[in-house]
Amino acid sequence: MLCDQCRERDAVLNLTQIVENAVTQLHLCEKCAAERGIETTVSMPKTALGDFLQAAQQQAAQIAGDAARCSFCGTSLRDFRASGRLGCAQCYGAFEHSLRDLLRRVHGSSKHVGLQYRPPAGTPPDRDTALDELRNRLQAAIRSEEFETAATLRDQIRTLE
Amino acid sequence: MTLDLSLLPEGGVPWLVASGDHADIVLSSRIRLARNVAGYAFGTRSPDGERLRVLAQVRAAVPRVRSLAESVAVRLDALTLVERQVLHERHLVSKELAGLEAPGEARSGAAVLVSHEAGVMVNEEDHLRLQVFRSGFDVAGAFAAAQRLDRELGAQVPYAFHPEFGFLTSCPTNTGTGMRASVLIHLPGLVLTQEIAKVLQGLQQMGLTYRGLYGEGSEVVGNFFQISNQTTLGRTEEELAEHLARVVKRVIEQEMEARRVLLRDAGYIIEDKLWRAYGTLRHARSLPADEAMNLLSGVRLAAGLQLLPGLSVYTLNKLLIFTQSAHLAFDAGRPLTESETNLARARYVREALANEAGLAG
Repeated sequence: MLCDQCRERDAVLNLTQIVENAVTQLHLCEKCAAERGIETTVSMPKTALGDFLQAAQQQAAQIAGDAARCSFCGTSLRDFRASGRLGCAQCYGAFEHSLRDLLRRVHGSSKHVGLQYRPPAGTPPDRDTALDELRNRLQAAIRSEEFETAATLRDQIRTLE
Repeated sequence: MTLDLSLLPEGGVPWLVASGDHADIVLSSRIRLARNVAGYAFGTRSPDGERLRVLAQVRAAVPRVRSLAESVAVRLDALTLVERQVLHERHLVSKELAGLEAPGEARSGAAVLVSHEAGVMVNEEDHLRLQVFRSGFDVAGAFAAAQRLDRELGAQVPYAFHPEFGFLTSCPTNTGTGMRASVLIHLPGLVLTQEIAKVLQGLQQMGLTYRGLYGEGSEVVGNFFQISNQTTLGRTEEELAEHLARVVKRVIEQEMEARRVLLRDAGYIIEDKLWRAYGTLRHARSLPADEAMNLLSGVRLAAGLQLLPGLSVYTLNKLLIFTQSAHLAFDAGRPLTESETNLARARYVREALANEAGLAG
């Protein structure tokens, strides 16, 4: 359904208005709704309980996000927030969304426009090098009987494979 | 292994010769590129074995990298604390790579390659920190040499690169180009005329930042400032280098103008102040580090104003670096107490100035 106002974009909300006992229905797109001062994002009721629930929900999302770990080096988003340092190249993929925001805040942009790099011919893809390195570490962990580390590494290898 | 500084090409500090443009104001121009080797965790997360493999991979590539011809590799994890400090005082290694922060040891695999042309720190927070210094104001020259080194090394060692984010670095403040372009600049005129706060504020508005003589976290002493680009992403390497050069050129002009004003409005006061600085350096028996830096700043200004003919900027550059505490302990061959360091510093300065021939006055 097209927006009743602009007749260009798809309508995303139905607005029911009661003016002098007459009921009118308006179908609006996001832009035209915003122009009329109507919030289109789903918002929690503005009550103390609503605020509390919203905060709790955000916190839960953050905790779930923070616990996310890079499958190669094991750095979590929480580690990154604490140290300000990423653990490896794969972290950029693992934390892509948070990083894009952060890079925009730090640099005013998240898009590299400088030198485009090609690795030397014959270089195996990143994933293969990463797997080799994880297998090296797994062997070392087994040799030194660090079985807990070995189990974590085995899981990391499976994830990557 | 002990450190033999004579093995380093030009002691690792060819920029001291003061052959570049405006060398009395700009000590050096530098380009630093942060790179990581694909397939390994970054420096701070990688186990010892991995760091050693990174070092081996880089060293194996060196013979095919022209910019690193006849380079010397120094393993920091095999040096004493004083030796590592000496390399830091020469700006060849960062504080972190030299292991000068707690717990005071270099991590295994920490190394630096030094050639006539360039240097590479290995196993810093990023695997590779390529750096090129040029004497005086020559950002373009340093940039060209750094790009050459980057191209040659990157053709041998695969870098961690992402099409959207660019070169991937441990700290997101370096992501993208990984490039920090900087100049080490002496601005006593702007400090004395109290224009400096305005100039520094202007730098920040133009996306540049400033630090002290030894970079991040170091204090500004002796009116020496390190000016560099603040961001590394969203602009090309050329744009970043050219922007820095353009702004620094303007700062140099402002500094020269401030010096003209000083001479015009306070000629004899300035002349007296600078000759007193020279007199103290020439005759003092004990010189604490901060005092020496401030006096050297005064004498450097005097040399720039042609008030002390015969005193070369080269000598002043050497005094600035070679009278740092670790250099004095290294020369003495043993650790020195603070008062011994101050005595040794005064002696070094007296002898260097006495040797400088053809001095007026």
